Amino acid sequence: MAKIIIPTPLRKFTGNQATIEVDAIDIRESINALSSLYPDLKKQLFDDAGEIRQFVRIYLGDEDIKVLNNEQTPVTQDAVISIVPAIAGGITN
Amino acid sequence: MKLLLNKDLMDKMADHALGSYPMECCGFVFGKDQPDGRIITEVHTTTNSQQGDQRRRFEVDPRDYLKAERYALENEITLLGIYHSHPDHPAVPSKHDLKQAVPFFSYLILSTEKEQVKKTTSWQLYHQQFEEEEIVIKTNLKL
Repeated sequence: MAKIIIPTPLRKFTGNQATIEVDAIDIRESINALSSLYPDLKKQLFDDAGEIRQFVRIYLGDEDIKVLNNEQTPVTQDAVISIVPAIAGGITN
Repeated sequence: MKLLLNKDLMDKMADHALGSYPMECCGFVFGKDQPDGRIITEVHTTTNSQQGDQRRRFEVDPRDYLKAERYALENEITLLGIYHSHPDHPAVPSKHDLKQAVPFFSYLILSTEKEQVKKTTSWQLYHQQFEEEEIVIKTNLKL
């Protein structure tokens, strides 16, 4: 089972679970399985077009899936997938 | 919500903010989220990875973020939020801070001048608006 690490800002959508295990062959299937388990999480991860939101990054191990094969990146049974929210800010102007 | 932390952790954030001046600094705060308040037990500095003007912008590298979440899991603590400095600006969230904010996190802001941190505040996002949190500084907080 691949393990998904849920960032603390999204844990209210997973019943405060920090990690979730899913049985999937690639990233897309992993995230879909997670969304099926926790439907309220789905709209936090996907936009209306069904694409992963701009402010959300998905990492497989230490690599951004964008430099792998995006959502088609295969996952192994011992894979660790991380959902990473964009963290930024600063003074306006 | 109330934030409790020992003075040495507040000093660590202040030292980071002053050492980074006039650039913005940023880092992580970890601890326990309890019904009667949050206790900050650790402060970790991180790198401002913003590629543009760091005097008015900060950004956390996603790899640093995922390391912070892993650290919290391994040590059975919670990543409670993010601190950053506002060089020569008030310790209030900007429109940019609001646009980028995520729920749950405490956002600590240090208003910094060249020689001193003038004020530190903390904010949490509720219904797309920031609400200020009370910061309680202790000298011998039992963790």
